[in-house]
Amino acid sequence: MFNFGTWTSAINEALLSVMPEWTAVLIECVVIGVLVLLTYTVLALFYILYERKLCAWFQCRLGPMRVGKWGLLQVFADMFKILIKELISLKGTDRFLFKLAPYLVITSSVVMLACLPWGNGLQIINFNIGIFFVLAVSSVGVLGILLAGWSSNNKYTLIGAMRSGAQMISYELSLGLAILTIIVFAGTMNINELVLEQNNGWFIFRGHIPAIIAFVIYVIAATAETNRGPFDLPEAEHELIAGYHTEYSGIHFGFFYLAEYLNLFIVSGIASLMFLGGWMPLHIPGWDGFNAVMNWIPSIVWFVGKSFFISFVIIWFKWTFPRVRIDQMLAFEWKYLMPIALCNLILMAVFVALGWHF
Amino acid sequence: MNLLLEIGNGTLAITATLTGILLVVAALLIARLISPKSYSVKKSEPFECGIPTRGESMMQFKAGYYIFAILFLIFDVETVFLYPWATVARDMGTKSLLCIGIFMVILVLGLAYAWKKGALKWK
Repeated sequence: MFNFGTWTSAINEALLSVMPEWTAVLIECVVIGVLVLLTYTVLALFYILYERKLCAWFQCRLGPMRVGKWGLLQVFADMFKILIKELISLKGTDRFLFKLAPYLVITSSVVMLACLPWGNGLQIINFNIGIFFVLAVSSVGVLGILLAGWSSNNKYTLIGAMRSGAQMISYELSLGLAILTIIVFAGTMNINELVLEQNNGWFIFRGHIPAIIAFVIYVIAATAETNRGPFDLPEAEHELIAGYHTEYSGIHFGFFYLAEYLNLFIVSGIASLMFLGGWMPLHIPGWDGFNAVMNWIPSIVWFVGKSFFISFVIIWFKWTFPRVRIDQMLAFEWKYLMPIALCNLILMAVFVALGWHF
Repeated sequence: MNLLLEIGNGTLAITATLTGILLVVAALLIARLISPKSYSVKKSEPFECGIPTRGESMMQFKAGYYIFAILFLIFDVETVFLYPWATVARDMGTKSLLCIGIFMVILVLGLAYAWKKGALKWK
């Protein structure tokens, strides 16, 4: 597989040969920042169109068609429109918290995006506790949503934020347990090592029964974690107007919108990393010819393809299942999903201890 | 050390955080420059069904959410304890099962107790 690390280390050496180390690091950090920013915006724009088109097709509509060919320029028009909307300052809000909330939501999703392995050697932050760090950062986003709802001085936003908080912290447990199941199997939390470990087959195949159960639990929990249907109670539009971001206008609202779509990509990215091999091509031990053919497809295509596929499934959920009630949602998590995830973790530990895996 | 370059992960995490903040600041600046401004008393009121809002909105709230938050706190701390075990479970073999078995039994008993007491029921 082509290693993007050869390019970056060449650039690094070229920079180091003409300037002192600190300037080189500074330039590299700025370049990384710009790249992350670009990826973030492009992905968000793509995802908005992706979801709108998919929604339309699930409902036998065409979706946006007017702006540009097949409505491709619709998202740019929307982005411009959102920028020229007035930022309304409200009476009785907690100004500081009201303005702080979008920073928390956006920053947490940017940091999580920087942790994802995009390709062979294309990963920015690579802690040895990688996946744990991602989970930790993801909880900062919940804070942003809670603050947004609390500071808006509106009863609907408060209810939306409380629902969102209860939902996200509850489903974070199953999400964490599903990831733990795979960590037990892989024996590492480093994201790069997790991907390399899947060279002889993806975890979902190698771990068979417990890994498949963990995958299903993860996808359900991830749907709830991103506040998407059927778990979109925090912004159930016929009950709560728009939930926690009702009072936000213009680009302030846009931030929550962006972060929501990026979080969808990030949970899909983590699913593809933990279960479907990240950027690792589909390898079957022994089939050397097949593996060689699979290696021809660039690593970045594998990662993005898998992530888009899982996002497709999550968007599909929204148009298949009716919205659940809050008591049903919490009962589903605490009485079914989490006990199953705990049992599954023990099952995986037994499988690993007895060597019943590939 | 990271894969791309010889920069520490802490520096990169700070870079990513600053990028996030920069994104918000830049977008807000652009929006402030090109968005219109007008003022009216009605517009600055909270939007609730169209009628004026009554009473305080930042008020005491349903305790049901609080119970789930407490439960979450207990179980989340316990899952945090599981992470170090998970990384070494494969190398420890059968011994790891015994170690975590006792811990898990306590965890499951805790959940069963909360369930029995009715903490998981939405009231």
